Amino acid sequence: MFNMTNYKLRAVIMALDGLALLFACGCSVTPKPDPNIAYEAPRHKLEDTLKESVKYEVDVYDPLEGFNRRAYTFNYYFDKFLFLPIVKTYEFITPDYVEDRVSSFVDNVFEFNNFTNNLLQLKFKQTGITLARFVVNTTVGVAGLWDPATHWSMPRQAEDFGQTLGHYGVGNGPYLVLPIFGPSNLRDTTGLVTDSVAFSLAGPPAWVDDDTTTLVFNGVAAVDKRHRQDFRYYRTGSPFEYDMIRMLYTAKRKIEIAK
Amino acid sequence: MSKQRLPVLWALICLLLFSVSSAGAYNYPFDDRYVATVLSTPAEYAEVLPAEVPVKIETINMFPERKVPGILWNLEEMRYSYIKQDGPAPLIFLIAGTGASFNSAKMQIMQKAFYRAGYHVVSITSPTHPNFIVAASTSGVPGYLEEDSADLYRVMQTIWQKLEKKIEVTDFNLTGYSLGAAQSAFIAKIDEQEKAFNFRKVLLINPPVSLYNSVLILDEMLEHNIPGGVDNFSAFYNRLIAAFSDTYAHGQDVKFNDQFLYKTYEHRKPSSDEPLEALIGLDFRISSANMVFTSDVLTKAGYVVPKNLVLKRHDRVTDYSKVLTRLSFLDYFRGLFMPHFQAKDPGLTEVDMIKRTSLRQIEDYLRNSSKFGLIHNEDDIIMLPGEVDYLRDVFGSRAQIFPHGGHCGNMGYPDNIAAMVGFFTNAKN
Repeated sequence: MFNMTNYKLRAVIMALDGLALLFACGCSVTPKPDPNIAYEAPRHKLEDTLKESVKYEVDVYDPLEGFNRRAYTFNYYFDKFLFLPIVKTYEFITPDYVEDRVSSFVDNVFEFNNFTNNLLQLKFKQTGITLARFVVNTTVGVAGLWDPATHWSMPRQAEDFGQTLGHYGVGNGPYLVLPIFGPSNLRDTTGLVTDSVAFSLAGPPAWVDDDTTTLVFNGVAAVDKRHRQDFRYYRTGSPFEYDMIRMLYTAKRKIEIAK
Repeated sequence: MSKQRLPVLWALICLLLFSVSSAGAYNYPFDDRYVATVLSTPAEYAEVLPAEVPVKIETINMFPERKVPGILWNLEEMRYSYIKQDGPAPLIFLIAGTGASFNSAKMQIMQKAFYRAGYHVVSITSPTHPNFIVAASTSGVPGYLEEDSADLYRVMQTIWQKLEKKIEVTDFNLTGYSLGAAQSAFIAKIDEQEKAFNFRKVLLINPPVSLYNSVLILDEMLEHNIPGGVDNFSAFYNRLIAAFSDTYAHGQDVKFNDQFLYKTYEHRKPSSDEPLEALIGLDFRISSANMVFTSDVLTKAGYVVPKNLVLKRHDRVTDYSKVLTRLSFLDYFRGLFMPHFQAKDPGLTEVDMIKRTSLRQIEDYLRNSSKFGLIHNEDDIIMLPGEVDYLRDVFGSRAQIFPHGGHCGNMGYPDNIAAMVGFFTNAKN
């Protein structure tokens, strides 16, 4: 037990190191005009069209844009050559019905995070619902393979630690595109790391206390989540996709935190 | 319509259609043209189509030699899709509407409906979509109906050359919605000369008559419906987010899709059409910004990006998006589009161009060719008063005009699917 925890802590520290690295290599990307070239002013100049007094929603605090745009492209390739082929294979060999059972199972295991975060936000009713859901779905729902609780007016109360921080007034911080995980920001990344640590140290993996099981579950959960997410990098064809996604991600989190 | 010498068969189809449509009232759920345009046909009212069809996605590049700036790197290959029937079957080409890809929600409805009806289906992205501009537009400056249609015709031939060996085709058909419908009319005309396909039937779904008129309507929809003008977009956006938050608090997952929008509408019905009009205008403005930026960068037009600034793959472009969402389509027409075509033909005036980008340009052909059918809505928002009547006059008994549906909002409604597919299948000869 002690060794395993140690191993997990190491993993967490490594993840944090990765995060630090991520900040270190952020670089500016505003196209640098070459001082030797005289740029012809376009018909509609930025300074003539944009106003100081106007708030532009597409502007999101993004000091690491250089890194983020590259991470965005990295994720496109990661999806294309590794993640999506795995997800497609999974979808090909698994009947839809079974896929839904897997999703339900994965969601049930992660109720742990909904529970802790509802509790941390002092949302006692939602905490109670989450607990009841877990009990009902684990028993009547056969280890969470089905979700009868939703049909019995106990809908899922999704909360994560990013939302908890937001609930207590923590701002977005810089926008981040995490390799593999995708759009985030400093607050939500902190949330993601905290939730994962809490989940592995005090949640179901700690209850089961078996590395292989945890490893398999993490793999299945990752594939299941990508399978349920129909977002595809660069699929809109918009040259402003990065900007649009950044704006929508920020709006989505605002909506989720407001609940 | 009595002036025309219609084949007997046509009269029969007409009777059939009439009897079908008069048999029951038209029960499409939204009488409000703006609500229809924004919400389309929610799942509970829509025709039940196959959940999955065997779509294959492939790419072509019409200009492999073209030097594409780094910022457009992911657009060099144009994606299109096809669905193949086992054995010989008719083939139908589908052309997407303004700013839409081969895979848009409306295209998927059409793909499924035609596949179910026994057609091979080839879906093509709109010439106003960045992917088409980079990989398949000759000029790189979209909007010139004749030229865009000629580009589409070349794309269709190239795709057909690739599919020829795999697919057995009995005859070729063509349809498109919105701008794609106007282009379909021009493509059919080109085909009368070049005869690569000899289309058996061509259906136009909610085409604009005059692109210029329709574009002005859409431009104004954004500018006139955000209280305080476009510079106050932020306040409008935040009200929208508040409405979404409310929907979310009532148990819907946050997904930016039609269903979520519909739930938000149900939950917080707006007291006027203003926010809906603003949303339609916004959607059009975003498509335009994508289109204009791509065209500007590709052709080095110096419209919002300095002519000699080469944008690389990961360069920051947010400021250009801010400028472009402040500019109208009319600005593009005057500031990039006209100068481009006037450079080739100095005598060309705006008035000439407005005439050429209209179905009126090929009215005689549309009036007299029996291969055409038209599906439209009496309350389509992109039409000026009189334009639907004009089409009714031109197409006569070949037109089917629904009382409601706004702009393409009813395409997924069962009566509309039946009319769309029926136009092709009822007239088998």
